[in-house]
Amino acid sequence: MAVIEIKNVAKRFGDFTALHNVDMTIADKEFMVLLGASGCGKTTLLRIIAGLETPSQGEVWIGGRRVDNLPPRQRGIAMVFQNYAVFPHLTVFENIAFGLRMQKLPQAEVERRVNRNAELMHIEQLLKRYSGQLSGGQRQRVAVARALAMEPEVILMDEPLSNLDALLRLEMRAELKGVLAEAKSTAIYVTHDQVEAMSLADRIAVMHKGKIVQAATPIEVYRNPATRFVGGFIGNPPMNFLPAARAGDGRWNIAGFQIDGPATDRVLEFAIRPEDLVPAEDGIPATARIVEPLGPHLLVTADVGGQQFRAVLESELRVVPGDQLHLAPLPGRARWFDPETETAAPVTTAA
Amino acid sequence: MSPARIPYLLLLPATLFLLVFFVYPFGLVAIEAFSRDGSFTAANFQTVFGHWKFPAAMTNTLLLALVIVPIQTVLALAMAVLVTKMTRGRDMALYVFTIPLGISDLAAGIIWLAIFEQSGFLNSMLYHLGVSEQPTIWLGYQSKWVIFLAVVLAEVWRATAIMLVILVAGIGLIPKEYNEAAEVFGASPWKRFTRVTLPLLRPSLQTALILRVILAFEVFAVVATLGGTTLPVLMGEVYQWQFALQDRGVAAAYAIVILAISIAATLVIMRALRVPKEARI
Amino acid sequence: MSAVTTNATDATPAHRKRGQFWMRAAVVVLILWVLFPLWLLAVNAFSSPDAVNGFPKSLWPEGDMGSLNFFLSFQGVTGALLNSIIVAVLTMIMSIGLGAPAGYALSRFDFKGKETFRLLVLMTRAFPLPLLALPLAVMFIRTGLDDSLFGLALVHTTLALPFAVLITFSLFSGIPIELEEAAWTLGCTRLGAFRKVVWPLIMPGIAASAVFAFVISWNEVFAASVLTIQNRTLTAFLLQSLDVSPMPLKFAGGFVLVLPALIFIFLVRKYLFAMWGIANR
Repeated sequence: MAVIEIKNVAKRFGDFTALHNVDMTIADKEFMVLLGASGCGKTTLLRIIAGLETPSQGEVWIGGRRVDNLPPRQRGIAMVFQNYAVFPHLTVFENIAFGLRMQKLPQAEVERRVNRNAELMHIEQLLKRYSGQLSGGQRQRVAVARALAMEPEVILMDEPLSNLDALLRLEMRAELKGVLAEAKSTAIYVTHDQVEAMSLADRIAVMHKGKIVQAATPIEVYRNPATRFVGGFIGNPPMNFLPAARAGDGRWNIAGFQIDGPATDRVLEFAIRPEDLVPAEDGIPATARIVEPLGPHLLVTADVGGQQFRAVLESELRVVPGDQLHLAPLPGRARWFDPETETAAPVTTAA
Repeated sequence: MSPARIPYLLLLPATLFLLVFFVYPFGLVAIEAFSRDGSFTAANFQTVFGHWKFPAAMTNTLLLALVIVPIQTVLALAMAVLVTKMTRGRDMALYVFTIPLGISDLAAGIIWLAIFEQSGFLNSMLYHLGVSEQPTIWLGYQSKWVIFLAVVLAEVWRATAIMLVILVAGIGLIPKEYNEAAEVFGASPWKRFTRVTLPLLRPSLQTALILRVILAFEVFAVVATLGGTTLPVLMGEVYQWQFALQDRGVAAAYAIVILAISIAATLVIMRALRVPKEARI
Repeated sequence: MSAVTTNATDATPAHRKRGQFWMRAAVVVLILWVLFPLWLLAVNAFSSPDAVNGFPKSLWPEGDMGSLNFFLSFQGVTGALLNSIIVAVLTMIMSIGLGAPAGYALSRFDFKGKETFRLLVLMTRAFPLPLLALPLAVMFIRTGLDDSLFGLALVHTTLALPFAVLITFSLFSGIPIELEEAAWTLGCTRLGAFRKVVWPLIMPGIAASAVFAFVISWNEVFAASVLTIQNRTLTAFLLQSLDVSPMPLKFAGGFVLVLPALIFIFLVRKYLFAMWGIANR
């Protein structure tokens, strides 16, 4: 059992606050992804959990044990580093065996575990090589095998795929998902790649400016972003935002288009994902500016009252720049944000 | 042990050592220079400045630095650029160019003595070429300027390598793209060197110059080998006063003079070649 | 079509070719400039004393060991040689022993006072360090270290320590901290990670900087001459006998002085530039 609890953890570097009072609980065997742009504090949080960084305040608990005063080696964790950190002076075999030798396991057990994990990561034919003789993808596999061989309760990964090229990344992502599901460790995975996060996570914690702004399942984060930032950060192309004017109780007017929305007196902003728009007679009037045929879809960048507005449309549609479009949101997909607090307004409509 | 203490513990031995054997002795030199029989005085400096050899020693030291350092800078730059442009034989050339780095000023003096002495190789070659029958006395006490020239040659030969190493390392730190970009935008090789490489090399140039100028003010063994006392220099005077004349106060005052011109030169070079932090690579 | 492509790749523009010719010519000239004086020293060292004193000289050595034998059997030479080696080894051990921990601390930790320490180290460059010998001579007399090899090694360590700190700093910085962190997460203590991961990677570099420290001490003239009287090192011996010693002795001595330097520079050539590259930032 390795539940991870982060209690009121903060980290300051001089005047700069990298983490503001973070609280988070990660369930046993859960795959948690920390997602955010660079500098949001996700790596700092991971390193605090690993014990590579000391928190300025707060507690870290792993498996019911308070660990924030323990060195990394006593925390029951294993870690995969961004640059792999495969020891250049040791063979692949000795790299994978490194942690096991530290635990003074008998040679037979070391060999069993090295071989099993090498097989799992498809590097059994590389065991005698040195890191200098491996490609980036192979080094990545060694780093993962080395972590898995520890059979840790918690496995931490710091952007492990970010240094691979696109195709390899796709392949490794799928493989990692399979391997980690089998390993039955609690996993924390740091990335800035939302697709990676969506594909791997049981739960995503979106971080922004040293805070966790939303921690929920991938689909929840995608469908119901808790803040305007999450809405804009997740999804590619990002969510559209348009100013909305109140038009009676629970009715809103967006550039002439009428729609049901929250029944509130506050000023709200209308938000819709580009892929949740369809052409409709009485939709939002938009002038197409740039049309990008992407194969399966047509990405149209339009303008609504001087505001940029994107729509992902069916590729059969014939749109050229300058066309006047009318785009309506799919039912139930419109979201509302309070521009003052930047948080989501409840979607309970009057209807 | 708390991790916050580790760096201090690691630095402690080196710091203590430098305090005891670097900071403290320089304090002692200063005290020694300004005192005579236990009381504060400028008498030692008066002795230094009033001594008949001081103007010559000062002029020679400064003049040597003024002639040697620019030659070395240009030569080291040329060598560094040549070496970075080479493809085949680069390592060999670099090894040869850096050999003098391991050679002491004393050995360099002896080497050039072998060339300039009366029965030396210069005279031998002139003889073989039929230019002169009789060996010339190049390094006699009457030919001060030949000695000066020999010292310049020996110093350029010996100490260009230290600048070269710093500059080659510095050029290695400049990403190739800058030069390629300049080439694409139509800069000639010479323009690329003066407009791209040289400005980006300024930090290394600064270090190399400071190091070299300070070493030039300390010139001693080469001069002692080639010229004896015919060409007095500051460091040689320190040695004279310490040993032959057994006057530590005056030797210390000389040391303070060398220190002063060293610091002055460092400040001038730092100011002249200053690179704002934002403009570094 | 194929003919066109071969032409396009093979034909180096004429001005490039001409440029390359001049470049190669310049490299050859510079190599000769460095090697020829060394060759002349070797010619003298491997010729009989009579030939060394004679005129005109051949540019080819006789292959006679007379000069070298004369030098090595000269009174005090073997002792001086041994002293030089002892001082250099002591300097090597002390400067690396003190400098490497400091270099490690600078590369791995952020702490208050880091800049002050760096400044202290860099400051040593702006000071004519051999002058330290003057006050230390007095200090050593008080502590009984006068005319001792250990005392001289202390001064030489002051010379070599700043280099050791900066060079090891750059070497340690070249080893990603991630490797150490990985070792920690895999069950190592700080010390264990250093021993198992950092040490095997850093050892060749440390050896190179140790060699560098050795050469610094081996070549030092001024402090050695000031601080040793009975226990002279080779450089001190040669300097103090300049006026009185015969030519063959000087040249054979110069050769012996240069020889280890050649070997050492060859051994550390791979590290020379890496060390200087970062050490000067």
